[in-house]
Amino acid sequence: MPETRVLLEHAEDPALRTIDGYRGYGGYASLERAYGEMEPDEILKELEDSGLRGRGGAGFAMGKKASFLPRGEMAKYLCCNADESEPGAFKDRELMQRNPHQLIEGIAIAARAVGAGHAFIFIRGEYDLQADILDRAVAEAYEAGYLGQNILGSHCDLELVVHRGAGAYICGEETALLDALEGKRGNPRLKPPFPAVQGLYGGPTLINNVETLSNVPRIVERGAGWFRGFGTEQSPGTKVVSVSGRVRHPGNYEVELGIPTRELICDLAGGPLDGCELKAFYPGGSSSPVLTAEEGLDLPYSFEAMAEAGSMLGSGSIIVADDTVSIPHMALRTARFYHHESCGKCTPCREGTNWTVKMLERVVRGEATPMDLDIVASVQENIIGHCLCVLGDSMAMPVGAMVRKFRAEFERTIAEASGAGDEPDRLATVQGSIETVGAAP
Amino acid sequence: MSELPIDPAVSEGRVPDRTPEEIPELHEVGCPDDLRAEIEERMSRYPDRHSASIPALWAVQRRYGWCTPEGIRQAAAVMRVTPAYLESVASFYDLLHTSPVGEHQVHVCTNISCWMRGGDGLLEAFEAAAEGKDVFVSGFECLGACDIAPMASIDKRYFGPLDADDAAAAVEQLLAGGEVLPEKALERRPLAGDAGGSHREGGSDA
Ligand SMILES: Cc1cc2nc3c(=O)[nH]c(=O)nc-3n(C[C@H](O)[C@H](O)[C@H](O)COP(=O)(O)O)c2cc1C
Ligand code: SF4
Ligand code: FES
Repeated sequence: MPETRVLLEHAEDPALRTIDGYRGYGGYASLERAYGEMEPDEILKELEDSGLRGRGGAGFAMGKKASFLPRGEMAKYLCCNADESEPGAFKDRELMQRNPHQLIEGIAIAARAVGAGHAFIFIRGEYDLQADILDRAVAEAYEAGYLGQNILGSHCDLELVVHRGAGAYICGEETALLDALEGKRGNPRLKPPFPAVQGLYGGPTLINNVETLSNVPRIVERGAGWFRGFGTEQSPGTKVVSVSGRVRHPGNYEVELGIPTRELICDLAGGPLDGCELKAFYPGGSSSPVLTAEEGLDLPYSFEAMAEAGSMLGSGSIIVADDTVSIPHMALRTARFYHHESCGKCTPCREGTNWTVKMLERVVRGEATPMDLDIVASVQENIIGHCLCVLGDSMAMPVGAMVRKFRAEFERTIAEASGAGDEPDRLATVQGSIETVGAAP
Repeated sequence: MSELPIDPAVSEGRVPDRTPEEIPELHEVGCPDDLRAEIEERMSRYPDRHSASIPALWAVQRRYGWCTPEGIRQAAAVMRVTPAYLESVASFYDLLHTSPVGEHQVHVCTNISCWMRGGDGLLEAFEAAAEGKDVFVSGFECLGACDIAPMASIDKRYFGPLDADDAAAAVEQLLAGGEVLPEKALERRPLAGDAGGSHREGGSDA
């Protein structure tokens, strides 16, 4: 099963990064139409009809969100979320690095649709190479008159700024991103008001992910009907899926939504490493509830199928664990990440992540009792839905799923670690197994 | 009901011995002209000058190696905010350093996908190779390059998949001022689906 490259079409050509290369493949024709011939409402309608769902995590319909912004003359903003810091996700990096103009064109068209005069790309500070590439592409787009004052004689203005973050996962949460962009510490805000009504500098703000916005030029060029020709009824389009972990060929693969997950993991990404067996995977980044290989491999890779299976498609990032990976250790890694990144604003998340890390450390040291596992599970239940933003849930959902689905392995880990008596290696299971497949470190 | 204790500062009517921090004046801080120009240019890009806080701190860090107290005062004077405001921002972010770091920086990812492919061992290898040298090594959360796990960001550029020998070579190359691990640069990798041969295998199992 080959890839279906739409967003990554021609991505193998390094010239695509330049404005001439991009235009050589028909780039910026949609922008010219959007600013020349189309009314904002026409663009909005096309986006709504396409059914394009957000690619940043929540899967909310992009056109609908754009239509929530009030009409009329006022300062409105567009923020492109390029923070991409969820473990397992690396698709936006690829899209920005290989096709920066596609994103810029998408931003400019979306800004025209909602009447935004200022747009920002909030890119994680670690993506230095990609930010440099974007800086150059933005300068080229200004030069060509696709950005700036009176774009192509339309009397519309758009300023676009590439804003580099400085290393904080929470800034990917949309309201924290707004605070960070306003120059504050990136703490999430209480919603409502939603950013569409009151966002950046108090003005209506559209926030979308890199991949979501990268889809816009093609939808305007070829129409909503064309877009719906890919994917499923509820998950139209293609998706760039990041596959990593214990597979032979980790990488970004663009596929139609709804293909069997097995094709992604076993065909495109090459399946398990020699002598290993697939055990479980996160279907949508480290915040998504883990699926066992049996329950997950034959599910269609779509928003609806993952939701029905009790997990989520999220950002579209698959992390694969095989039989060499210890699930309790994986749960601990996951919890540690969220604990480190919790902004500390609300108690269930700040204390819940801290406590969960301590409990899981006791599990892998063999100091916990099987009954403690019930407490770990119930604490996760108490975090879910009780936090200001979704970061708390993002730990509780996968950790809760691991404890539930791999209960026997957690109990075995406790028994083995306590029985051994000596200080167990923090990663004995995985490190040992990596040696068996020939790792150097 | 017992009475709440009253702060002696209130009951005794003491005045605070320190006035709230003020915005430093430009002529007091000795801000280099080019740094000032850079921060002013950044401020001009935003509807509100406060938005330039992270860009200003980046500029300070590029100039002084880390966010030094003097650098922060200089940026604060240009931005017309208090140094404490910028300090509070700097301390929130992992990439802004409020204490000195080495000339070269290596962030080794130890998050899920890298951990599964030997990230902890790679961190140890880098730590060993950099021992006593002007290379600042730290473990880091997912850097968004799990496809080249186990990986590291070396002076802001991504490399992987790496093993212990790569770590030692990278540290030597950094100190010698040469190109670092050209074969392992993310920038040079083809798309996963287009890769044949050596690039096809990710991880340390090739
Ligand atoms: C803790 C947290 C981190 C997030 N990180 C990102 C991110 O890095 N990139 C992203 O696009 N969305 C991220 N999101 C989702 C955003 O809040 C928001 O829903 C998204 O940017 C909207 O864009 P979309 O509708 O195009 O997906 C995150 C959410 C949470 C709660
Ligand atoms: S859930 Fe966590 S990250 Fe989100 S606001 Fe609360 S403490 Fe901060
Ligand atoms: S887990 Fe290491 S880069 Fe993502």
